[in-house]
Amino acid sequence: MENIEKVELTCINCPLGCALTVSKDAASGELIVTGNTCPRGADYARKEVTDPRRIVTSTVRVEGGTLPVVSVKTERDIPKGLIFEVMKAINSIQVNAPVHIGDVILADVCQTGVAVIATKNVCAYPERT
Amino acid sequence: MEQHDIVIIGGGPAGLAAAIAARDEGAEDILIVERDHQLGGILNQCIHNGFGLHTFKEELTGPEYAQRFIDKVKEADIPCLLNTIVVDICHGNENESGTKIVTVMNKEQGMIQICAKAVILAMGCRERPRGALNIPGYRPAGIYSAGTAQHYVNIEGKMPGKEVVILGSGDIGLIMARRMTLEGAKVKVVAELMPYSGGLRRNIVQCLDDYGIPLKLSTTVIDIQGKERVEGVTLAKVDGRGKPIPGTEEQIPCDTLLLSVGLIPENELSSQAGVEMNPITNGPKVNESLETSVKGVFACGNVLHVHDLVDYVSQEAGMAGKQAARYVQKECESKNADRDISVVKEEQLRIQQNNMIIELKAEQGVRYTVPSIIHIDRMEDTQVVRFRVGGVYANAKIAVYAGETKMMELKKRIMAPGEMEQIQLKKDKLQELVEQNILTNQITIKVEE
Repeated sequence: MENIEKVELTCINCPLGCALTVSKDAASGELIVTGNTCPRGADYARKEVTDPRRIVTSTVRVEGGTLPVVSVKTERDIPKGLIFEVMKAINSIQVNAPVHIGDVILADVCQTGVAVIATKNVCAYPERT
Repeated sequence: MEQHDIVIIGGGPAGLAAAIAARDEGAEDILIVERDHQLGGILNQCIHNGFGLHTFKEELTGPEYAQRFIDKVKEADIPCLLNTIVVDICHGNENESGTKIVTVMNKEQGMIQICAKAVILAMGCRERPRGALNIPGYRPAGIYSAGTAQHYVNIEGKMPGKEVVILGSGDIGLIMARRMTLEGAKVKVVAELMPYSGGLRRNIVQCLDDYGIPLKLSTTVIDIQGKERVEGVTLAKVDGRGKPIPGTEEQIPCDTLLLSVGLIPENELSSQAGVEMNPITNGPKVNESLETSVKGVFACGNVLHVHDLVDYVSQEAGMAGKQAARYVQKECESKNADRDISVVKEEQLRIQQNNMIIELKAEQGVRYTVPSIIHIDRMEDTQVVRFRVGGVYANAKIAVYAGETKMMELKKRIMAPGEMEQIQLKKDKLQELVEQNILTNQITIKVEE
């Protein structure tokens, strides 16, 4: 946010989708949110400009399973700027069946302190038909 | 012939929730028929998060949400016939009045018939295909419905293309824009024919804005180039009637075109069974119990009307399951009771008199309602009525009229066709209005600005 004077966002808290503008008070350096119709909008806007985070969901190759891939997610949200690095890490590994929901696939992805976990059960199946 | 009290057609979110609710209501003998090799339906390929916020108060991915219901079905020991397709539903013979014959087919048993006291339709919907769009050009490889592409990427682990244009801004299209981007494809643009998106707001922000993917409204694909493989598409702006405006054409090179242009409830079986359809939803017309025009046949989920949140599918399906269980119990009771014909007739007359049938009418901005008929004596204390509006309305009201009298209104800051709306009708309030002769046979729901 340091170098940005004004950021425009669409609030996602409810279907209203308020058009939010975040600007920085020149004197105090405080973030000012306008365009929101409720406090949740202001919280969302501040978080989006200071520390935007997202949960990443994807798939990981499975060896010897009833399905070729298993769906995974980051257990918590990770910094938005790291999404593509996290994807690279997820795409570089493969796991052996069986896999269960909640199994840790990557313990600490990209030093975020967040684990990538399985979101589907995949049974072991010696010969996939 | 194999017999079951309740046969549920489809093991997706609707079928699973219906099965669990029917068991909770006391139905012992339930069978789920599913054509895939696994339960969970479309949720299996919806690996993104955001499911279950209403049901479980946490954000789950599709497969996780499905597994919670699959586990419950397994715990309840409800049998499921997988890899099995239903080919027909018809009425049983006259000796077995009210029963239905469900004809199913699978590899192991071939074609078999199952006798059911009640049937729950939970077949879901399918995507509107290219053929429905009238886009001229060859039939090259590289044109997929968004859901097909989602299946390739998320279930089979294959990428359908590298440079992508998406037509239609429905939720699946938006989700796939992000998914393809994450997997290394370049999504060049999402074009939407309407002046607004059909998708949820948070999907536009988190799937397009986050990745700098442009959304072009009032824009459509007017030409597809390429003979063997898609080589590009031509976009054009459209006027208020959806007609391309000459001079606004823009050629975009790409190898893949994804279509996210609407969902159609899959009701071939329902029609065969003689179920009366609603031309707006392309789903069955149902009453307060989610029972169709054919007695003992219930419908829920996307086969009834297309939902945007699975949580509402589960709620709705729960109601269908509960009502199907009650229906079966009542049928058994009336068959077992050895009663004098005159007593039965008298009872029927009494039921008729008490049985106020209220028609729900969608007017002025409201496109349809589910249900469309309410029997006041049979309704729950609170009846949820779901509907969609036909356009974007800011600071408008949903008004509900009993005859000429406004019985309630709900202020809405924003309403859009992409987000399903709902109101709740209270049984005691309706009974009161009936006693006062204000409510006779019709409730009208409309948008007032």
